[in-house]
Amino acid sequence: MFRPLPDSSEGPTVTVFVEGQPVEAYVGETAASVLLRHLGTARTTSISESPRAPFCMMGCCFDCLAEIDGKGSTQSCLEPVRDGMTIARQMSARKVVAR
Amino acid sequence: MIFDTAIIGAGPAGMQAACDLRARELSVIVLDEQPAPGGQIWRGVERNCQPGSELAQRLGAEYRQGAGVARSFRACGADYRPLSRVWQIEETGPDATEQCWQVFVIREGQAEVVEARRVLLAIGAQERPVPFPGWTHPGVMTVGAAQIMLKSGGLLPEGPVWICGAGPLPLLYAHQLRKLGGQIAGFLDTAPRDTVRRGLPHLSGALRDWKSLAKGLAWQAGLRAAGLRRETGVRQLRAEGKDRLERIRWETPEGEKTAPAGVLLIHEGLVPSVHPTLSLQCEHTWSDAQQSLRPVLDAWGETTRRGLFVAGDAAGIDGARAALAKGTLAAVGIARSLDVLSEAKAKQARAAGDRALSKARATRPLLDTLYPAPEGKISDDVIVCRCEELTAGQIRAAAGRGSADPNRVKSETRAGMGPCQGRQCGYTVARLIAEAHDMPRAEVGFHNIRPPLKPVSVGELASLGKAKA
Amino acid sequence: MRAGADLIVIGGGLHGLSAALQSARRGLRVVLLEGAFTGRHASGATAAGVRSLARAVEELPLSLEAQAQWEDMTALVGDDCGFHAVGQVQVAMDAEAKARIKARIARLKAAGMHHESWIDPDRLAELVPVMQPGALGAAYVALDGSADPHRTIRAFRAACLEADVEILENRPVTWLGREETHWTVVAGGTSHVAPTIVNAAGAWGRQIARLAGDLLNVGIKNSMMIVTERCEPCLGPVVSAQNRKLSFKQTADGTFLIGGGVQGRLRPDGDSASVDFGALSGAMSTTLALFPWVADLRLVRAWAGMEAATADLLPVIGPSARAPGLIHAFGFSGHGFQLVPSVGRVIADLAETGRTRTDLSAFDPGRLATNRKAA
Repeated sequence: MFRPLPDSSEGPTVTVFVEGQPVEAYVGETAASVLLRHLGTARTTSISESPRAPFCMMGCCFDCLAEIDGKGSTQSCLEPVRDGMTIARQMSARKVVAR
Repeated sequence: MIFDTAIIGAGPAGMQAACDLRARELSVIVLDEQPAPGGQIWRGVERNCQPGSELAQRLGAEYRQGAGVARSFRACGADYRPLSRVWQIEETGPDATEQCWQVFVIREGQAEVVEARRVLLAIGAQERPVPFPGWTHPGVMTVGAAQIMLKSGGLLPEGPVWICGAGPLPLLYAHQLRKLGGQIAGFLDTAPRDTVRRGLPHLSGALRDWKSLAKGLAWQAGLRAAGLRRETGVRQLRAEGKDRLERIRWETPEGEKTAPAGVLLIHEGLVPSVHPTLSLQCEHTWSDAQQSLRPVLDAWGETTRRGLFVAGDAAGIDGARAALAKGTLAAVGIARSLDVLSEAKAKQARAAGDRALSKARATRPLLDTLYPAPEGKISDDVIVCRCEELTAGQIRAAAGRGSADPNRVKSETRAGMGPCQGRQCGYTVARLIAEAHDMPRAEVGFHNIRPPLKPVSVGELASLGKAKA
Repeated sequence: MRAGADLIVIGGGLHGLSAALQSARRGLRVVLLEGAFTGRHASGATAAGVRSLARAVEELPLSLEAQAQWEDMTALVGDDCGFHAVGQVQVAMDAEAKARIKARIARLKAAGMHHESWIDPDRLAELVPVMQPGALGAAYVALDGSADPHRTIRAFRAACLEADVEILENRPVTWLGREETHWTVVAGGTSHVAPTIVNAAGAWGRQIARLAGDLLNVGIKNSMMIVTERCEPCLGPVVSAQNRKLSFKQTADGTFLIGGGVQGRLRPDGDSASVDFGALSGAMSTTLALFPWVADLRLVRAWAGMEAATADLLPVIGPSARAPGLIHAFGFSGHGFQLVPSVGRVIADLAETGRTRTDLSAFDPGRLATNRKAA
């Protein structure tokens, strides 16, 4: 959905893992932005399981909730990329895993 | 330690207030959700304004001005805490010897409490949510969101993008996009067509800030010269597609039109961020001109709760330059309330601040008139509450079942009970209640905001207990 | 002035609605006066536990009657109110708790009540597989469960309207006066007259009693509750623990409700309560010990619900000794939700005939009367 300006692709990058795949991310962008560029969505809803993508990018719509570094329901638009960050979509309602 | 002031938000108002309070040698802590100063308007300003950056040139002079403010802010000696989410604000009980506020923060998964004598909310605004069929589809996002992608990663939408809405921001973004080589499929202008007739009474006032007017006209002229497809009087927008946006449909007085679409950006103005002041039960007033709530403030920026101040767009939508002036005024008010500024000096400082604010607001009545909040009928099948996936039909049914209290409708439907706490649906629900009961929108109010202001995990909540022990 | 009512119910919470509904079904003309809107306070803030487990023995006759009524709630209000008999367990975390629970079950059996049973750790693990092992067992009531509070309010309200109860909202009561055989109630600028009034005003019950000249020593509770984001269904029974602050359940929506009686703060106006996160934070330990995975879930909302509480934690049910024609039904002390159908039946008995077959001596308002003369 989004592509980098020539400037940005020459800028500093880090490697993040989107659902297991290593991808390059631009320093300054957020996990939500990486999700938009690579998968186009962030989650499916917990009620109707319809797909949603980041909508406001500033922390007030909660449609970018995703699993960041294993932490579910994280507002991915408030998470700047870090080297080695893992990013995954959150599908449907959260699953409880008893330890 | 107890800070003299805790400022929430590091946009124009927050940064300016921090600098001014530090200049009076007050201790200041600044809590902000973003990784770097600037707020949304100046987001990424430090990184983007490196020498020779083409992006900084294209984002414009007003954007580049933020770099200087951010530099002063970094040097002012405030305790600046980026990536800090404020999730609760409490006032210490009546038994405390001195008034003090507690600000609950999450930073790196750890909850902590910041204590301060005064709190300044400089939390800005959000884009006005205006539901339409298909607005939840991937591929649809706000113009503000797209501009954030541009400022915080240098990203442009792929393929031709549709821009739909009204206000200065869509024009500015279209202008920026064109300069940076982005493709625009078309601009769908939702402002009513009788612009000149409505705008005229406010024109002479706006001319006090003729530079801003000229800039706006230049953006429009630039888009026309570029041969951009522009439709006016647009109503009844629909986003259609199976799992994501595939095409859009809209009406103009000339008839219904449709076009394939990959990315649709929407914008219908801004509304102040009022969740913290609502949750603290400050008095609010309804602005007919801006169709939104704002906290009631005295001449010093203080809310109806003593010691709690608001500055910037959170106090009413006036833009970045006004936010700087409001930051200055709030700093004067706070210094005065902490008795470090005499009444006479405070009044003097206020008069200067008021003049700056008045000039910065010169075009606002014109803008509010040209770009009113849309009032088109929301059809029953449209999702209103994005979190709980509730439709306008469901809200209407509940609204008609009993009293016109938004809290009742919230309890009955769960609208506003999701993680966004009604940031996306609150105004629409209130509007549907007003329609169902045939009463003025101002009288409906807003549902009660229950804490936390931002979701925290149960583990993070528990970590607060450990931090205190 | 309006005339013609047989009964005025003050308070549009679930107890007021239930009393109004069941009285109207007996042919009484009922007006219900609510200060805000129906279910605004405790009824809307409750965890909606339908529980006979670990109840005070004095309340058990009403509780077991209500248990049967909840099983067939559709017969009363035309909707099941989201009730599911998912069971309730009260966990024993240590030997003392186990001994107390076993002694209680023995006392109940001796009194002929067999609703509670002791289950061992293996059975507990079957019932609640998502709980950490380590508990010594639990008391269990299979017929208990929980309901949807808002759906319950909606159903009782709709049934009231169907039964011709006149529900008047935004009518806070400001004055009460009795002349010979009738009460006059002034509420939100209108006055209403009836021979009998019911005080079902919850946290405001003490004030209503005072207006009627009946000074009662009743306090306020502000129990806090938190709700998490939605999760896949994984927890059946409602879980509490003996002598610990814990109440944990998963709602039909998938959210988890965590309560347990931790107290919030009463606002200075006395009309609302707010959350005390410091206290709430400290009270998470039992929940996290039994359900450590909850740590990763997002807390979406927290609130404190205002409710009247008595010193003995038993409700105030029955005619006022000082104010003839006044029937109290409040002070449920944070555990009145289950009793809504049975107490409504009792109040309807009293309103219709002045008598009821249920022994109300433990709930007698007189036990809370203060010595001061009525104003």
